[in-house]
Amino acid sequence: MNDIMKFDNELSIEKSRTGKRGLHFNCPSCQANIPLEAARKSEPKLPQLSEFDAVRHFTRLSKYNFSVDTHFYPLGSCTMKYNPRINEEVSSLEGFTSLHPMSLDENSQGTLEIIYDAHQRLCELCGMDDATLWPVAGAHGEYTGILLAKKHFSVIGEERDEIIVPDSAHGTNPATASMAGFKTINIQSTPEGLLDIETLKKHLNSKTAVIMMTVPNTLGIFEKNIKTICELSHKNGTLVYMDGANLNALIGLIKPGDFGIDMMHLNMHKTFSTPHGGGGPGAGGILVKKKLSPYLPKPKVEKKDGKYFLNENLPLSIGRIKSHFGNTQVLLRAYAYLLKHGPKEFAEIAENAILNANYVKSALENLFPPYSKEYCMHECVLAPSKELADKGIKTLDIAKRLLDYGFHAPTVYFPLIVHEAIMIEPTETESKETLDSFIETMRKINEEALNNPEFVKNAPHTMPVKRLDEVLAARQPNIKW
Amino acid sequence: MYISNTDQEKKEMLEKIGVKKFEDLISSVPKEFLNPKINLPAALSEIEISKKMRELSEKNKRLKSFVGAGVYDRYTPAAMKAILSRGEFLTAYTPYQPEASQGLLQTIYEYQSSMCALYDMDCSNASMYDGSTSFAEAVKACLRISGKNKILYSAAINPRYIETAKTYLANDPKYIFEEIPLSGGLTDEKYLAEKIDDSTACFAAANPNYFGLIENIEILNKTAKSKNILTICCADPFSLGALKTPGECGFDFAVGEGQSLGLPMSYGGPYLGIFTCRKEHIRQMPGRICGMTKDKDGKRGFVLTLQAREQHIRRDKAASNICSNQALCALGATIYCALLGPKGLKEACMINNSLAVKAAKELTSIKDVKLKYKAPFFNEFVLELPMKASELRKKVSEMFSIDPGLDLSHMGKDFENSLMVCLTETKNESDIFELKKSIEACL
Repeated sequence: MNDIMKFDNELSIEKSRTGKRGLHFNCPSCQANIPLEAARKSEPKLPQLSEFDAVRHFTRLSKYNFSVDTHFYPLGSCTMKYNPRINEEVSSLEGFTSLHPMSLDENSQGTLEIIYDAHQRLCELCGMDDATLWPVAGAHGEYTGILLAKKHFSVIGEERDEIIVPDSAHGTNPATASMAGFKTINIQSTPEGLLDIETLKKHLNSKTAVIMMTVPNTLGIFEKNIKTICELSHKNGTLVYMDGANLNALIGLIKPGDFGIDMMHLNMHKTFSTPHGGGGPGAGGILVKKKLSPYLPKPKVEKKDGKYFLNENLPLSIGRIKSHFGNTQVLLRAYAYLLKHGPKEFAEIAENAILNANYVKSALENLFPPYSKEYCMHECVLAPSKELADKGIKTLDIAKRLLDYGFHAPTVYFPLIVHEAIMIEPTETESKETLDSFIETMRKINEEALNNPEFVKNAPHTMPVKRLDEVLAARQPNIKW
Repeated sequence: MYISNTDQEKKEMLEKIGVKKFEDLISSVPKEFLNPKINLPAALSEIEISKKMRELSEKNKRLKSFVGAGVYDRYTPAAMKAILSRGEFLTAYTPYQPEASQGLLQTIYEYQSSMCALYDMDCSNASMYDGSTSFAEAVKACLRISGKNKILYSAAINPRYIETAKTYLANDPKYIFEEIPLSGGLTDEKYLAEKIDDSTACFAAANPNYFGLIENIEILNKTAKSKNILTICCADPFSLGALKTPGECGFDFAVGEGQSLGLPMSYGGPYLGIFTCRKEHIRQMPGRICGMTKDKDGKRGFVLTLQAREQHIRRDKAASNICSNQALCALGATIYCALLGPKGLKEACMINNSLAVKAAKELTSIKDVKLKYKAPFFNEFVLELPMKASELRKKVSEMFSIDPGLDLSHMGKDFENSLMVCLTETKNESDIFELKKSIEACL
């Protein structure tokens, strides 16, 4: 991936030379007063580098990396869309970044106004009544949502300790349920990849607190019975949580609130174009229907007499879910994205996301059989053909070979219910030309795998490293210098 | 809008798929849900967004701020900003394909190493959301390891950390939180010794504590360890350039708010939750961990490892539900550590401390203004005023465009007149005199 650059994986600590420094301070009359017995005994083992050393070190490392800016990144369920640069610019304005989270409300009006307006816009887009943007990640939002449910049942005096999760769900769903002290009830999907209504009826009982639904689900299929699922659940007193990870398929086209769901989370780093940052920071707000509103985390941004303020006086709130308000700088990016889109533009996001996914699916389905023959929403799930499997080719091999061609691999081996899954989500920001080139490459890899399987099994061949020994890493953990 | 396909291309694509119009692709969606009315303003152009956001940012008042309390006004080195804005880091995903993510993985390894070096601990994960959620996860780890249900904590831990931990335990009454009282603003180890019983899972302290005071964490850990309970230390990573480390005192878990390592305050985030522990607890660590290994040719490489603790493998049996973390912030902290090095960080600590010492001296020379506590402090201290701290704060803010510090009335009745003042390297002596004058004028 870096033909013009010699691969250099020396650690910063190995480049360290005693006496080098990247940043100096001036304080001629400094007189510190730290008692000797409170001082650290030996200096920390941090690298000693000049500023130039550090800049070159990290710039070089940035080159040994795929990213949305540099590569097509069709990771299913991750919505790796383009991250607009205006978002970066406006979220870095010093008036925003220099604001202390415990500033007085009267001095924080700009940021509070944005948070308040973002609540309104997101509720309108999704057909929900109220919002909190405290959670800083999807999973953090899920946990917040499940705590809202827990509070709801405690307020109305019902003891319910089960959460239904379909087997196609993201791993965070069951992990969240058990973190909040619930028992996870897994339900098997139908062969079409949908939640089976009859099975659901069998599992709904007086103990069922919540059902967690992903719409469209992780197979890229719209749960066409979602309204019935909501109705059955509500009849049983059960709340419906929607995992909003796949909202990119619905945005502007469908309001999830219309399904009858009670709450949902948003991933700003998916649908609302904020960058993934190599694994974070994201932002994961929660939208709710009116009845769950009193339980939202505190404080809440509210408006009175034209002024915005943090309301701490919320007796039924689930409490604080982190020290200070959410990943604000990420929310500012998402807000810029909200401003950039009106109703018409939002609908075009979903349309193009769905069009791009179906285009890739239809072009590849004769070589890589899809899980479902139906048209997909924003992503599709394929698998290696029987011919490839007979040659011993695994999904992992195809994923690694794609890297050689300059494409990031799709999500692989997820959803867990699909054997050897290859989950492709192109997103709306990719062009037909890029998709054509990806399709062509997949065909080429298919041919390579049939004619020269060993070559594909040993991929990648052009990355800075070959396949890595993960067993060694886990058996003898070396996690620091 | 950021869509690449032209109308002509869309037409061609629909043709290739074999449908006449887009609607045919979503025939599985019940009609009643499609194309709802959305009542939103029309889209703005990039120029309009730029202007609007600038106007909004100016609605935040830019005060000279002396507020700290766990979030600090730090200088962000220019080189750090430049590297963090590189698209190769900014727009990458979690490094699940290690061959195509060696750069990012190596920075995570360097981050873990830097945090272990600062805290003197054996293991660090790849980051959590913030200090409070790291703390909550450490408490949960202690409950899992010990199988017990009581958490003892110093009354001088950031109260927001305790609130977050309680929320993380779903406010379940089976877990008992008990506060260890203070004497002179410091955690009293005699009370600690008395409070530990058979149901105690862990004890948690902070250094510097919430009031900026330097605790004797060595004695606190020793007292807890003499009764065989687990221990957690919340420590400001910046202060560890100069202060005694949780590791050398023997703590099991050490956590902290990494915002202190050069990240902007940005009204709450994104911050950086630092989570470290001793070797024997590694399998109870939440979140991602990067490890060094070899490729097929024996060349050094990095991968995410020990993933059997995580939600995408273990689902409802996972140590935590965390997926997205704060990777870019962790990278920022790594760059900050590399730019300052051990000497730079120590120097920065000394500047913070000496400015705070100077400010305390100046401010207590004002009539009827005293230090609330006698113990040595790091870079913030609590003043006892002859008036309500909240009133003084409001007055000084309005009249002088200075935020003089945090009023501590949220800590209870004894704190109505308590103002906590914080100094960092972004301030200098003339700022101290300005602060003094403005407080004097408002008392």
